[in-house]
Amino acid sequence: MTILVKGAGVAGLTAAFALARKGHPVTLLDPKAPGVAASHYAGGMLAPWCEGETAPEVVVEAGAQAIGWWECALPGLVERKGTLVVAPPRDQSELERFARRTHRHEWVDEAGIAELEPALAGRFRRALFFRDEAHLDPRKALAGLFEALVSMGAKFLHEADDRAFCHIIDCTGRAAIVPRSQLRGVRGEMLYLTTQDLTLSRPVRLLHPRIPLYVVPRGDGRFMVGATMIESEHDGPISVRSLMELLNAAYTLHPTFGEAEVIETGTSIRPAYADNIPRITGSGRHLAINGMYRHGFLMAPALAQELAARFEAEPQRRSATA
Amino acid sequence: MLTLYGTELSSRLLLGTARYPSPAIMEEAIRASGAQIVTVSLRRETAGGGRGGQFFEVIRSLGVHVLPNTAGCHTAKEAVLTARMARDLFATDWVKLEVIGHHDTLQPDVFALVEAAQELCADGFKVFPYTTADLVVAEKLLEAGCEVLMPWASPIGSARGLVDPASLVSMRGHFPDVPLIVDAGLGRPSHAAQAMELGYDAVLLNTAVAGAADPVAMARAFASAIDAGHAGYHAGLLEPRDMAVPSTPVIGKAVFA
Repeated sequence: MTILVKGAGVAGLTAAFALARKGHPVTLLDPKAPGVAASHYAGGMLAPWCEGETAPEVVVEAGAQAIGWWECALPGLVERKGTLVVAPPRDQSELERFARRTHRHEWVDEAGIAELEPALAGRFRRALFFRDEAHLDPRKALAGLFEALVSMGAKFLHEADDRAFCHIIDCTGRAAIVPRSQLRGVRGEMLYLTTQDLTLSRPVRLLHPRIPLYVVPRGDGRFMVGATMIESEHDGPISVRSLMELLNAAYTLHPTFGEAEVIETGTSIRPAYADNIPRITGSGRHLAINGMYRHGFLMAPALAQELAARFEAEPQRRSATA
Repeated sequence: MLTLYGTELSSRLLLGTARYPSPAIMEEAIRASGAQIVTVSLRRETAGGGRGGQFFEVIRSLGVHVLPNTAGCHTAKEAVLTARMARDLFATDWVKLEVIGHHDTLQPDVFALVEAAQELCADGFKVFPYTTADLVVAEKLLEAGCEVLMPWASPIGSARGLVDPASLVSMRGHFPDVPLIVDAGLGRPSHAAQAMELGYDAVLLNTAVAGAADPVAMARAFASAIDAGHAGYHAGLLEPRDMAVPSTPVIGKAVFA
């Protein structure tokens, strides 16, 4: 039984990986290189409890499983160091609100912040610490999955004929946003900064009534700063306003970012359903995983496992109906 | 019935469409609120020449009046351009005119507001100006051709409620026949009820509903508060008194000390 997985972003790679690990012969199809679309610009935060501020419970629950999945799939890549959430003094009420809407966090004081992130010592009086959260480098993760797939014998093609395969799994993300697909695009903008003068060990979220931001350390003095959420499918370069807001917020987190260098900016269009919850759709030999919204790395493992489980159940279903 | 630019409406709640957890929850909240007018921000969503995509389709499919707004505009020129773009995108001549003058408080720049209102009214727009409770500015907006005024209660998204009720009262007293809508700063249903008890015709809100833990339930709560405040105002509110007044008459006692 040969399976064609279309799209080599986080949804396609995790789906192909989960299927290949169960011993299914998998072919991966993408007209471009693996991991160059929206997944390439992901934050890589495995922060289900923080996301619970606005995300529904199903995302929090599935997301909580993702940390273990990534650790198991790509040993050594996941950093289990938690998330630190701070707010400027005048926006303290945002921190209270965030705490009320989320769980699995603890309050830390100035000394606690200094212990966790010495670079932020004295900058904030209080913070929320989400101890159980984790992060990874999405670009390394996608490359790692691809490498693992190749070593498991999966093929990678730039074009293929659907008819040569028993099953088609469409993980084409944004490309599947067409009328009546129920999908829409949500624009996200991000940037990479580099400075050797600042060290962070874990993602830090800065709350702001209008411009919430996160900074994720990538090692070697590189930091990913993200991300805007704009209801638009326009994929042009980052706007001056967004760039200004992201940079202002980074500067508020630490003035040292004022001397950092901007090494990359990026824009991606993230596919989402109306409820912002990703899902498996389709039937028979055509299935699709889409609507990852801003939760690709958080939600893809749960969907990949659900997909693999469907293929496990398949032979039994067949014999039951035979 | 509330009449705004000749359109009759039974709901006195105008709801914003920004910052909901998802479009699905937004749609449910709008339905639960009974709102017949929703405001939509154009500036960011159409940045870079974008057309807003599927999100605008969701708004169009709601079957309610769309009131595009010029949120995020800092000059009269920007606001006028955004209003014209909105007219094309949503096929409406309604516009909520918002010209921001101060980055931190998002206070309206009333000079640019009057300038933009003059230009848009002359161009046939039906302008809903987001303004302060300043009577002089209000006069100038009416002179420009606005038939509705939307004074703030407190800064946008601040959830502080009516920080200066006296100004709102004098505005109501000064413009008895102009539809007045309290726009911005409401955080709780009681704030909306208070605005309606002052005799305001409607309220406009967004963050108080979109940012609630349960936006759908909060939309319903605001709708009830607005109905209660409106009904209370028309039922004739008692003025506060300095001394207790027994609700059961006390007969046969020397009560007049």
